[in-house]
Amino acid sequence: MTATSENLSMVETPGVAWRKQIRFALIGALSTAFIALAGMPVGLDGRSIIQPVLSMGFLSLLWVPFVLATIAGSEVVLEGMTARTRDSKDLLAGGIVGLGSAGGLVLLMVLIQNFNLRDPLVNWSPQLLNLLSFNRSLAVGGLLWVLLGLILGVFGGAMHVLPKKLCSRIRTVVLSVFAVSVLETFLTDLLEGFRLEVLTDFVYYKRGGLEVGGALLVAALALLIPLLVGTRIRDVKKQVVDLPAEERKRVNLILLAVSAALLLVLPFFLGKIANELLANVGLFVLLALGLNVVVGLAGILDLGYVAFFAVGGYTTAVLTSPNSPGFSPELPWPIALIVVVVLTGIVGLFIGAPVIRMRGDYLAIVTLGFGEIIRLLFLSDWLSGWFGGAQGITNIPGVDVGIGTVKGTDPRSVFLLVLVFCAIAIYVSWRLENSRLGRAWMAIREDEDVAEAMGVNTTNTKLMAFVVGAVLASFSGAIFSAKVGSIFPTSFLMLVSIIILVVVIVGGMGNIAGVIVGALVLIGVLGGPKQPGLLQEFSQFKLLIYGALLVWMMLKRPEGLVPNVRRTRELHQDEFLQDAWLKGEIDTGDQEELS
Amino acid sequence: MLQITDLSVTFGGLHALKDLQFEVDEGEIVSVIGPNGAGKTTFFNMISGMVTPTAGDIVFEGESLLGLDPSQVTERGIARTFQNVRLFANMTILENVMVAQHCRTDQRVFGALFQTQAFKAEEDAIRKYGEEVLSFFGSRLVGYRLDQPASVLSYANRRRLEIARAMATRPRLLLLDEPVAGMNPRESAELTELIGRLRSEWGFTIVMIEHDMSVVRDVSDRVVVLDHGETIAQGPYSQVANDPKVIEAYLGRPVGSEQTDEEVRP
Repeated sequence: MTATSENLSMVETPGVAWRKQIRFALIGALSTAFIALAGMPVGLDGRSIIQPVLSMGFLSLLWVPFVLATIAGSEVVLEGMTARTRDSKDLLAGGIVGLGSAGGLVLLMVLIQNFNLRDPLVNWSPQLLNLLSFNRSLAVGGLLWVLLGLILGVFGGAMHVLPKKLCSRIRTVVLSVFAVSVLETFLTDLLEGFRLEVLTDFVYYKRGGLEVGGALLVAALALLIPLLVGTRIRDVKKQVVDLPAEERKRVNLILLAVSAALLLVLPFFLGKIANELLANVGLFVLLALGLNVVVGLAGILDLGYVAFFAVGGYTTAVLTSPNSPGFSPELPWPIALIVVVVLTGIVGLFIGAPVIRMRGDYLAIVTLGFGEIIRLLFLSDWLSGWFGGAQGITNIPGVDVGIGTVKGTDPRSVFLLVLVFCAIAIYVSWRLENSRLGRAWMAIREDEDVAEAMGVNTTNTKLMAFVVGAVLASFSGAIFSAKVGSIFPTSFLMLVSIIILVVVIVGGMGNIAGVIVGALVLIGVLGGPKQPGLLQEFSQFKLLIYGALLVWMMLKRPEGLVPNVRRTRELHQDEFLQDAWLKGEIDTGDQEELS
Repeated sequence: MLQITDLSVTFGGLHALKDLQFEVDEGEIVSVIGPNGAGKTTFFNMISGMVTPTAGDIVFEGESLLGLDPSQVTERGIARTFQNVRLFANMTILENVMVAQHCRTDQRVFGALFQTQAFKAEEDAIRKYGEEVLSFFGSRLVGYRLDQPASVLSYANRRRLEIARAMATRPRLLLLDEPVAGMNPRESAELTELIGRLRSEWGFTIVMIEHDMSVVRDVSDRVVVLDHGETIAQGPYSQVANDPKVIEAYLGRPVGSEQTDEEVRP
């Protein structure tokens, strides 16, 4: 056995796969041309990353040759094989991909100059041509792109040739500069809170983007900090893991308390914009946590989840607003919330009861329908005496919490309120997941018939998932209506359901931390259906990016950014089993126990 | 304990079972045999509530099971295993037997959220009983295995876990659908012994579908032979094995007098 595996490990992986490189070069050409025609370079040119060298518009094209060349150059090293030593051929391979990507743009430029297709393709404009040719002649522009593509492609290929450590350094630097630039609004806000405007003035250009000096500073820090900290973080982590269970539990508790305290203090150092942003993220975290119970734990694909958000929002509006057209008790928010929770729970039961008899695709379509039905009911003339139809309900008061009022004009208070409810939702999800009910949900997700045969009342259990999901969504709805102050049917489009689902999928289905990360990344950076994110300029490309991200995630990382252990197993069962077998963990029969 | 009278089921025009009479007394081990398509698994599906009979009655401990959901049947005290092993593959081995105790426990959302004493006590009890059930199969399913997903188990161990999961529902009647299918002779001999112990130590009454005639011979008190949805013979193994009708149903080969081909079915 050992002899063979030693023999095997002598085998090297085959050389550069040229066909693959050419395929990626073509993909690159298509991508750059598509991005250019989608209008990203022109639309995003206003936002600079590094002033005046690089704008977001150019970045939307420049990442293509580099990233594709890196991906095209990566090779799977099968177990028992050793990776071959990379050489100049890999640089050439990267160059090919880079040239291909640039080629797509050059071809597009030639076409734009000679034909007019502006009618179907809105972005087929001289403006695009000017931008792409750097305001020079076509020949110069084309040549520049070819050079840029070649350089970036070779650089992408070089990521496999250069030593690993250097590569990761480069990656850290590039990503930090990008992140610092993207997070501008947030960081300025935060640093202002600490009275450190000097720093932001130095780093950032007045009208957005990093100054060259600022970029260099960030790069230097990104190089230095890992050098200074080194492996210390890992060492500390290892120490914690090595601690006995009791102590580790205490350390974890302390960490939890510290981070909770930090989160509670954070809003006071943030300005309006950042608080507003985080409040929006929080609302979506609440929604995503609720959907996570339904989809992630119980495996019920609910595409009409926005219905519960809407019911929560509208019920709060009716109960608290003096302008509510039909029935206006003007209850204080906390009391209204109790009614809201109960009512949304009941709506969850009512929608759930017919729906859960179905499975799979049918269920998804029916929930989609119910989501729309609820919105159309709120919009309808028939019920406009209660919910105001298209005019909605306005003048919803804020939440009076004794020491102050939580309302939309004061995003800090909203964020704090959202934080409290997120904590509740996290606790609920966590406790339920590790309970009798949570196990029953998982069993239903695995195999509904068998779960039923093993004594799980699947009807009730699935209804429970619906109700828990509905209640969590109603929290979000209640806060939303108090925050915005007025509520309209257009806030509850089907798109909201889809975006919540994307948050759950991208973040990591069935995992609380994953869902939070998903909401931070998607809602925080890209923005929600109506809420702007950090990249406000992206708003017109938001759905494009959501879609691309979703496709990419499904192909490459279906378990999400922060995966749930169980989901990973499910999606990569073959690989998992193979690994287990290689590690000798798998059980290959039990002769030894019998003999 | 279980009386089945005039039980029939038709799928379209097909009589999967016709006027079946069947009885199990407490503490018996009864084997149901018959060629492929004889209706054995349909018979199990009907007892466990997954298929509704078109006519007839199933009475368990004096009460009819007709119209009950599978989960309610399980609650009454009938548990089953599946012919093609159907574990909750991505749940751990312990979780598989924990979730099977669902109908014997009753902590709900409130207990889980507020971590009441009752909740904690119940969780402990579920865990303990789960480990107890698993340790019935020796060291194979316990220890480090408890927290491994069921999908890493070997075939034979998956079969064992299926039985353990059925045991965890605290049944009085256990329906085993081909428990030794696909096992090697040594494993099936061992499992035969365990089936005997399931009765003597755990007090289960057992009805089992099996193709391996040596297992049927060794463990069952009584054998019921089904063919085309009808009972063609009933009685002790030696008597059934020599019944001309049974021999005919099995293509004229004497069953059990030597190792037959039936065991080598795919």
